[in-house]
Amino acid sequence: MAGQIVFTIDGKEVCSEQGQTVLQAAAIAGVYIPHLCAMEGLSPWGSCRVCTVLVNGRPQAACTMPVGEGMVVENDTADLRDLRSNLVEMLFVEGNHFCMFCEKSGNCELQAMGYRLGILSSRHPYLFPKRRVDASHPDVLLDFNRCILCGRCMRASQELDGKHVFQFISRGHQKHIGINAKDGVGTSNLSVTDKAVEACPVGCIVKKRVGFAVPVGERLYDKKPIGSDIESRPAGSR
Amino acid sequence: MADNSGLCAQICAKFGNEKHRLMDILLAVQAQAGCIDANALDAIAESLSMSRVEVESASTFYAFFSPKPRGRFVIRLCNDIIDQLAGMDRIAAALRTELGIDFGETTSDGLFSLEFTPCIGMGDQAPAMLVGDKVITRVSTDTVREIVHTLRATKGLDQFKYALGDGNNGHPLVRSMVVNNLREKGAVVFAPYVPAVALQRALSEQPVELIKIIKASRLRGRGGAGFPTGMKWEFTRAAPGDRKFVFCNADEGEPGTFKDRVILTEAAGLMFEGMTIAGYAIGACEGILYLRGEYAYLLPYLEDILAKRREAGLLGREVLGKSGFKFDIRIQLGAGAYVCGEETALLSSCEGKAGDPKTRPPFPAQKGYLGMPTVINNVETYCAAARIVENGPGWFTSMGTQASAGTKVFSVSGDCRIPGVYELPFGLTVAQLLAKVGASDTAAVQVGGAAGRMIGPSEFARKLCFDDLATGGSIMVFSGQRNVLAIAHAFMDFFVDESCGYCTPCRVGTTLLRERLGRFLDGKAELADIVYLEKTGQCMKVASRCGLGQTAANPVLSTIQSFRGEYERRVKANGSVLRSSFDPDRAVAVAAGIAGRPSEYFGNQKGMVL
Repeated sequence: MAGQIVFTIDGKEVCSEQGQTVLQAAAIAGVYIPHLCAMEGLSPWGSCRVCTVLVNGRPQAACTMPVGEGMVVENDTADLRDLRSNLVEMLFVEGNHFCMFCEKSGNCELQAMGYRLGILSSRHPYLFPKRRVDASHPDVLLDFNRCILCGRCMRASQELDGKHVFQFISRGHQKHIGINAKDGVGTSNLSVTDKAVEACPVGCIVKKRVGFAVPVGERLYDKKPIGSDIESRPAGSR
Repeated sequence: MADNSGLCAQICAKFGNEKHRLMDILLAVQAQAGCIDANALDAIAESLSMSRVEVESASTFYAFFSPKPRGRFVIRLCNDIIDQLAGMDRIAAALRTELGIDFGETTSDGLFSLEFTPCIGMGDQAPAMLVGDKVITRVSTDTVREIVHTLRATKGLDQFKYALGDGNNGHPLVRSMVVNNLREKGAVVFAPYVPAVALQRALSEQPVELIKIIKASRLRGRGGAGFPTGMKWEFTRAAPGDRKFVFCNADEGEPGTFKDRVILTEAAGLMFEGMTIAGYAIGACEGILYLRGEYAYLLPYLEDILAKRREAGLLGREVLGKSGFKFDIRIQLGAGAYVCGEETALLSSCEGKAGDPKTRPPFPAQKGYLGMPTVINNVETYCAAARIVENGPGWFTSMGTQASAGTKVFSVSGDCRIPGVYELPFGLTVAQLLAKVGASDTAAVQVGGAAGRMIGPSEFARKLCFDDLATGGSIMVFSGQRNVLAIAHAFMDFFVDESCGYCTPCRVGTTLLRERLGRFLDGKAELADIVYLEKTGQCMKVASRCGLGQTAANPVLSTIQSFRGEYERRVKANGSVLRSSFDPDRAVAVAAGIAGRPSEYFGNQKGMVL
């Protein structure tokens, strides 16, 4: 078939189409490559690096790497599992993540990734940064202590909501999400129904007054590990 | 707060309200209003039809922009390791005393702001600082007093007396005290230059043939990565696009690098000629020189060279009368961000955005500036390309080694008698270079700047070339008096400040490495910390998104490799089950502080042993 590209992931043959990324092709084929900043429906970003795989022996982010005929991709190896744990542990110590007090617990992709990768504690020292909480919006709370700088809110706002509520500000360890308003998110044009609100993988953007509607223990990742939906998918058309 | 909305709108209009010119707009607003505040963000966003937060994203990325009003005179003291070793602390103390403020502050009369800045490309004449755009070299405490008094009394530096530097540093449009310290001129970059000779020859060839000549010369990029230049040009020529661009990367920010400064001062014509040749080869009509903000003092001089080249028909419509070949060059000034030396970050910056690197693939040759096929080469590479066209590829490959043809321009600084710029054939050994620069008692050499690697005497027989020790040109020499771990720590300070923060391993890893390295310097490290440093560094190398992050762990990884004894020597067995870095007294005190009362159990006892 025209545009069909065949390559392997950990020895398994995967059929894909020209223009797909390794991450997309893998998901269709029922292979889960752990990822946080990538989200279906948003343009690839490549910042969390959790989806790092080896493509013909070279490290690449699966979420931004286009598929190529005959590529040899290594995904589920001991070295890459450790690399991913290391990166997720970095994200944990970089912010202030207290799962036991967090409304997102059980629905949080960072927490779920920690469980999936078997992280018991971080090898890195906690940095305990001082971060803002922005409660100025009537329906949405922003707790930047939990932000992992994945940029999903920013892309969802631009690409799905047709707005520009979020954008990265500053650089280096001071990089953070800024709001398109002079005085807090309450003066921006963010709506609680925006896709940007749903896009947050952690408990940074939460809706007010609907917390704990589903009790902790009965939530998405309380039942099944992250990625299991992809792994239980019937393999894509061959 | 003064409302600068009108001024911002005027400045935006001057740049055609074009959002891709945001860097120029921000530079102009900062220069004229002293800051880019909330009102300015709104005004610029409105003029350019952008959202405010987009403007803020760019304005908060670059060190030279400030949301709060800066003083009329901004003094930036270079805190590069070479400057630190040359007595920066004394100069810093003198500045604090004279101005009565600390770094990061502005005097109450609004006259002075004091800041630190990383390497400003003056390592051969350290300590150095910037007063506005003006470079002050070999600063002494006397110079500090004189400059501050002159600025206070005359509100300018016209009365400040100094000897003009050599060569074009004394040009009426430069008038700088910077000296070239050009110690050895080679056959490629610093040989005599006659305008138009190379260009004339280039235009007599078909573009495809021209690219063949560059390929035959085996020219590789002089910025450090060493990608074959001819191949890059070929890819860009072949890539589909209505417009194509030629970029010159003059953003040398690698600590210890200053060779482009001297090339820009003494061989700018040759460099522009190389860019023009590249334009003809790939089918571009627009070139941009990205000049680091620290070299703003060269801007009027470089603009003048471009103007003269236009008058002489070397730029513009029908270059040298060649019908159908139109080419011109503009200069884009940077604003204090090392990462913009990374080629795709440089493009982001030129597009008026924060200097985040772009996702690769696609590579700039396919989709670069504004999504169009773009060639980006270093200052030195364009000089070499022009010279190859002039003298032929065989002449070029007769110099250097098989994999590294031609010459390389080195910037040498640190503990040596004759620091400066040396153009030498590729393939000489580190020991040979050390002998030339008058270095004795050398304990360590940092090859390739902070992102390069530190080697000890056992490796001084290695060759400086792409197949052995590759370098963009920075060579820093350290004597046996220096503490290599402290040097590595200074480099980590640099990377913590200069990471763009886009990807996790670089944004977080730089901070983590610096913290753990600090434990060795504080005598609080244990043997396992060496393994921690190696693993964290390796993670950054493998997982980082761009060259900055992939090399930011090198100060640590290469010192562990070459100076492992320095790490092990600092590890002390403390005879306790507690980590040396864990101080129970301090932990209790912190907890008591958080609780707001003394600990019930431990009180304020000293010397607690758990």
